[in-house]
This record gives sequence, structure tokens and C-alpha cells, in this order.
Amino acid sequence: MREITFSEALGEAMLEEMQRDPTIFTYGEDIAKQGGIFGAYKPILGKYQDRILDTPISEEVIFGSALGASLAGMRPVAEFHFADFLFTGMTAVANQIMKFKYMTGGQGKIHLILRGPDGISKSAAAQHSESIETLFMHIPGIKIIVPSTPYDMKGLFKTALKADDPVICFEHKMLYAKKGPVPEEEYYIPFGKADIKKEGKDVTVVTTSRMVHESLKASEQLVKEGIDVEVVDLRTLIPWDKELVLESVKKTHRLVIIHETWRRGGWGAEIAATVQEEAFDYLDGPIMRVGAKNVHIPFSPPLQDFVVPDYNSVINEVRKVLNV
Amino acid sequence: MQHDKEFLIGFYRTMVRIRNFELKAEELFLQAKLPGFIHLYIGEEAIATGAMANLRKDDYITSTHRGHGHMIAKGADVKKMMAELYGKETGYCKGKGGSMHIADVSIGVLGANGEVAGGLPIAVGAGMAIKMQKKDSVVISFFGDGASNRGAFHEALNWASVYRLPVIFLNENNQFASTERVTETTSVQNIADRAVGYNIPGVIVDGNDVMAVYEVVKEAVDRARSGGGPTLIEAKTYRIKGHFVGDPVLYRNESEVNEKWQFEPISRFESTLFEMGIITDAEKESIWKQAEQEIKNAVNFAEKSKYPEPESALQDLFESDTGYDY
Repeated sequence: MREITFSEALGEAMLEEMQRDPTIFTYGEDIAKQGGIFGAYKPILGKYQDRILDTPISEEVIFGSALGASLAGMRPVAEFHFADFLFTGMTAVANQIMKFKYMTGGQGKIHLILRGPDGISKSAAAQHSESIETLFMHIPGIKIIVPSTPYDMKGLFKTALKADDPVICFEHKMLYAKKGPVPEEEYYIPFGKADIKKEGKDVTVVTTSRMVHESLKASEQLVKEGIDVEVVDLRTLIPWDKELVLESVKKTHRLVIIHETWRRGGWGAEIAATVQEEAFDYLDGPIMRVGAKNVHIPFSPPLQDFVVPDYNSVINEVRKVLNV
Repeated sequence: MQHDKEFLIGFYRTMVRIRNFELKAEELFLQAKLPGFIHLYIGEEAIATGAMANLRKDDYITSTHRGHGHMIAKGADVKKMMAELYGKETGYCKGKGGSMHIADVSIGVLGANGEVAGGLPIAVGAGMAIKMQKKDSVVISFFGDGASNRGAFHEALNWASVYRLPVIFLNENNQFASTERVTETTSVQNIADRAVGYNIPGVIVDGNDVMAVYEVVKEAVDRARSGGGPTLIEAKTYRIKGHFVGDPVLYRNESEVNEKWQFEPISRFESTLFEMGIITDAEKESIWKQAEQEIKNAVNFAEKSKYPEPESALQDLFESDTGYDY
């Protein structure tokens, strides 16, 4: 199968759906001429130029206008530039977009997407490195996609572009250039369907986004130690695939949850609580969580490496849960 | 400008309907029949009425926490409004929103809003949609004097100007942001002056003169429809009632309110209609009676309606599923 990058997968999803649906348009900072700060939109530059807009640095309007545009019949795709800057216009997201349909008794189709990069890169420090997907899982009213591969990026984004609900898409900065197999023929990936990225029988690792790759790398090391890890990529957090996670835990009897966002109060706690409520008798040990230490992402490389988890953190936690 | 009798009486009728709705809402709230908070539009009826007379069904508005008048003037069903105030299942939001979140997307009301200035970015988005769709619809975004001190106001005006969007920013300067006087919280004497910063026309109008509001908004709507971009209109008015029903109103004297009441829009317009020989005492009485009856019917409808089933709280979060079970 041909291989394309994560960015190209996003571009293909956009182009295919923009051709099908003339109501799709996209806007944000630095996208129409530059193709986005990490080049995510480079594949679509030069096409549909009247439907790709550079905007003022006005986050509350970037987000809030997406609600107005969707109520007026369009399908806006608004870019948040960096996940950290969701906070800058957060009231439009949390008080308007995420509440409108519920508050009005189900009125309107809020078909809008907020998308952009999250996570660490090479020393971007605390205001350009955050992963804040947990917040959108905590507050009701938006669906969350967190793709880890070009295949998932394309299939999930195409589904988002056809959905009639608000969707937020977190694209890890360090994944944009990553290549992976993507078929030529069209496909969609439904929300709420996790993907087993590697089958295993000893311990279940539940993760998303960049940490899928760290977990796979860890599993390669662990297999040499005779530990067979099952890597479950949730792909979407709202909704999340409870059935598949429970099924995997019932098979392996052990669970480790891995995310780049902070360990304290991170979404892993929600998964852990659910599994112990519904599959307590199947567990042979405590559920462990891996996440960033509870400080901000520091600048200096050794500091960032210390705070943010990587494959070594996964290896350590898996060994711990297996008492080896 | 010449207008026929029916057109002018229509203004009067709409203002009287809004007034009656608000007086009844106040009475019901004080009788503890309505939960939550109620913010009354009494004394400001001319703005919604005069502005909305310029709109078509395919035009949009965004409203505020003080939004009953906007809803009625845009053509909302007062029965469903009243039922929502009661929290009944027949209300506009099936009891999930209440007074501050009434919306009717089918007639272009993109929501009242519990957040000050929350509607402005939404209005800008509707304006972007209209432009992308190459339609000649317009959007009126209503907001108060307090909203003009929020960042969303400044972002929205700049944005609408940059893209020449068909959005009319209609400021209802009722002199008070909650308990705070506009003169004590705002850097400019006239909110319309802020239009200069965004390179768009800024106009001041007497917000208690329904004809003046109509004319000023007409010019802005015509400009927006023909691609001329946004306008900021400041309609100067006065909030006769407290911020909400039950407000102890410790920030002003009763004598100030009594003085301002002399200029309230309905009796002013009524005098004009009598002077012009357009309305008779009998017609006036009939309009008030009809409005009272309409609101009475709305109250009956609301009181007879059922409260929503508790489990219905788990519906309407998403279009494609209930969304609570994960």
C-alpha cells in the first residue's frame, strides 16, 4: 500500500470532502498562504482558495463564529493554532459551542470542527506544548478525535466532516511528518471504535496519539523480556470504546493507561475507574497510569524529557504491573 | 418618510405585546411561579420593534439575556416562550434553557445568551456563512453597554469590518451593566464612537423613538444587504426595571427612574399616532386587550403543559446520540 504523511492524510480528507460538500470551509491563523504553522494544510494550498481564509488573531471569534456559521448552514473547520490557545477563546467553546444544542432543547445542527496541533515538540515550553483533551472529555458537548496514524487521521477526519455534531481534533505536532499506509480508495472510520495496534496477551495498554508510537516502541523492548503487550488505540475519547477496552482487559487481566497529558486528573483516571467498576473481578493487579508529571512543560531539553512520558515510562509501568 | 397606517400601528402593536409579556413575566416571577432569573425589556421595546421591522425571515439575530422583546419582534411564538419561562416540556427549549437561552433557529434567532457579548462572535459566523453562500441576508447582533467592554465585542467588530460582513451591531445602551453605570465603566461617552477604531460607520439613535430606530437600522440593513459591510448603532435608552426581577436596586434613586419613565417608548409613540390621527381610543384599547388576551392564553398554555420527564435531561446534547453514557 502507498504511504503518505499525517499532514497529507488530513489534506486528502479535506479535499475529498470539500469536493463533495460545498458548505465546508476552513479558517484560522497562518493557514491560507503558509499552510499552517506545522504545514498541516500544505497539501490543500492552491485549491479552493475562496474556502480557506487567514484570520485575525481573535480566538473568541475564530471559535464562536464557527457556531454561527454552522447554524447558518455551513460546515466550518476552525483551526486553533496551538491547543494552548483554545484557552484564549475558551468561552466561545465551552459556553457557546458545547452548550448551544443542549440549552436550546436540541435545536440546530452544530456541524463544526475545531482542529489543530497539541502536545510537545522540540522545547516549545509551557504555552505551546500542552495536551488538554481531558478538559473536553470532562465538559459535555463535543466529540473528541485524537488520531495516531495517517490512516486514522484521514478516516476519522472524513467522518468528522460528515458529522452533525461539534468535533474537536487534536493532532500531535510530532506526528505531522510521520508516514503510514493509506489506501487509495475512500473509507471512513466511525467514532467510538478503538483499534488494536498490536495484539498481546499479558497486559493491555490503552493510549492515543503520539503515545501509541511510544507504547509500540516499548512493546518491542518488552517482547524481548517475554512480555506480550496489547496496545489499544482509543482513537476517539468522546465517545470512547468501553466494550473493546473491557474485552481486552478480560483477556490480559492487567491494564496500564498512557497519555502525554498530566497524570493527575487526566482521562486515564476515567478509563481506570470505569474498568474497575465493570471488570474488577478480571483484574490481577492495580490499574496503572502514565502521564506527564504535574508541572508545566519546561523549556530545557533534559527538563522536558523528565516531565513528559516516553517509551521508557511505558516499560517501567508495565514491569511494575507484572511485578517483574 | 411616509408609511401607511397599518405599518405604523404594527409598531405600536408589537411594542404593546412585548410590554404585556414582560409585565406578566414580572408578575408571575414575583408570585414565585417562574424559576430562575428574569431580565425585563420594559422601556426598551422600541429598539427590537423598530430594528426587526427591517428583517426578513431568512435574516438572523443574536440576542441577549434581556431577550424576550427580540424574540417577540422577530416573530416567536409567545406560548412556547412562556412555557419555557415556566420550565415546561412545551417550551422552546423543552425546559432546558429558560429565559436566558430561548432560541428559535427556524426563524433565525440564534439564541438569547447568558454570557455578556456571547452573541457577537456567533453573529459574525452567521455573517461569514451568508457571504460564503452569496446570499443577501443580514444579521443583527443585539448587545448591551456592558458587552462593549468585553474583548468579544472588539474582536467581532474588527473581524466583521475586515471581511465586510453583513452584520449590524445594535447596542442597546440602557445605561446599566447589571448594577454599574455605563459612565463609570466605559472609556467613551458614546459607544458608537468605538466604530472609528474599526473603520465602520457608528451611529447614535434615540432608542426610545421607534421610528428613528427603524430608519437608522434600515440604512444599515440596506448597506449590509448590498455588500457595504457592518455598522455599529448605539440606541440610547434607559433600563426602567432592575437588572433582574427582585434586584434591590441600591445603585440609583426612584426619582431618576420616574423622570426617565416620562420618555418611555410606548406612550411616546402613542402620542405621535394620536397627533397624526392614525389611531383612535377604541383601536388603542383593542390593541391592548388583544395583547393581554394573547399573553393570558400563553400563560394558560404554559400552566397546562407538563414538566419534562426527568430522564429527558439526558437528551439533546448531540444530534447523533444521547451522549451521556460514556
